[in-house]
Amino acid sequence: MAKMSFENHITKQFDEELEEIRTRLMEMGGKVEEQLQNAILAISDANSQLAEQVILADQSIDAMEVDIDEACILIIARRQPAASDLRLVMMVTKAVNDLERIGDEARKIANHAIILSEENESSVGYPEVRHIATSVTNLLAHALNAFARFDSDAAIRTIEEDQQVDLDYKTALREVATYMMEDPRSISRAINILWVLRSLERIGDHAKNLCEQIVFVVKGKDIRHC
Amino acid sequence: MKLKSEQALELDESHVTVGQSFCDDPKMTMRNVDVFYSDKQAIYDVNIDIAKNEVIAMIGPSGCGKSTFLRTLNRMNDTVEGCRVDGQICMDGQDLYSPKLDVVELRARVGMVFQKPNPFPKSIRDNVTYGPKIHGLADTRVDLDEILEKSLRKAGLWEEVKDRLDQPGTGLSGGQQQRLCIARAIAVSPEVILMDEPCSALDPIATAKIEELIKELSQNFTIAIVTHSMQQAARVSHRTAYFHLGKLIEVNPTEQVFTMPKHQLTEAYITGRFG
Repeated sequence: MAKMSFENHITKQFDEELEEIRTRLMEMGGKVEEQLQNAILAISDANSQLAEQVILADQSIDAMEVDIDEACILIIARRQPAASDLRLVMMVTKAVNDLERIGDEARKIANHAIILSEENESSVGYPEVRHIATSVTNLLAHALNAFARFDSDAAIRTIEEDQQVDLDYKTALREVATYMMEDPRSISRAINILWVLRSLERIGDHAKNLCEQIVFVVKGKDIRHC
Repeated sequence: MKLKSEQALELDESHVTVGQSFCDDPKMTMRNVDVFYSDKQAIYDVNIDIAKNEVIAMIGPSGCGKSTFLRTLNRMNDTVEGCRVDGQICMDGQDLYSPKLDVVELRARVGMVFQKPNPFPKSIRDNVTYGPKIHGLADTRVDLDEILEKSLRKAGLWEEVKDRLDQPGTGLSGGQQQRLCIARAIAVSPEVILMDEPCSALDPIATAKIEELIKELSQNFTIAIVTHSMQQAARVSHRTAYFHLGKLIEVNPTEQVFTMPKHQLTEAYITGRFG
């Protein structure tokens, strides 16, 4: 199949509608990426003000999900898309769901950032969070880039990156459990760190879903659960 | 046989049809079929099988040759001045273009339903029983009545017309007339039914009824349907064949054609990029 293109329909309006959902999904992706970065920054800088901003901004991501879904439903109703157009529309409806969930996880991280900022200045769990946060931020950026370019090879490489994140997550869990065993006073803080790690790992999974959907659009192959 | 250069650019050099053109248990087989109208070639080297009890849809832009192709299957093109068909078309292994073949009998075995309903200007009863009478399928009134009811029931029209069988067929609504034409086609117990845009003159309700009927008929008949409605092809057919400038570009299971076509010309057509 030739390079992915969603242009050159006889109806120019259809080109514009498809371009619009693509652009809006990219915007949503950019916003979600920013939320994740801010949530992580809020933890590492113990910045509760920034965390509050992240929590507030999550509403706008929810609104984007609803708007893009509505645009997809209208395209299906008006245009009865087929083949690559159909795959794109179906992908976008699923991808907005994943992006919205990433937004939710970023909001949860921000919630924990507030709690952590109110506790003592222990460094328990920071290295683990920093390490996984860096991997997950890159993972999400790579997934969004793969979508922007409809690059299924890049999407597959990104899926492999998620496997590494899953391994790192398990290692981090063991390390944080060790802190708890060594110093029971750190348990409360460590539990918050565990939730943050859990959210980061989930974000990696959602980014992976996004990549699977990119492969579906480009290749027409459903690689979920493979 | 070269196409105009700008058109040729769009086509594969090999001109090989992509996908699943052939099947193990074919009802009809077509090999190297070329069709000419005088010196103009309308169909180029088509190779395809149609399976027993299959619904196969032919799609493509106007003038792509899909109707011409359909009409070769019961030699309707014989009546067109200057039309020539090369290659081999067989049904159950029998060459349909053999000089020994009785064309009238062929058209009873391969029935046809046209774009515009064309009932005879006769009663509903006569429309359906005319075929069985001339083909000698029934002699007595009782036998003919049985064929009449059975055909009208299969066409989903019996309940609507059973009390007015002697009224003119032309007095029915468009959708009813089309179902009467289907009843007329199936009254002679054909093996294959060809449908050339059977719903294009009908409203959505009548269209839905015909589509439902196609599904039921496919249990007993092999159906080849030409349609401009891609949604209709997607709904009713098992396989879809895409024609472009007289060439058979792709044949594949319908669900694949509408979600992941193999050929970029098929993709371009079904996504509304030309046609």
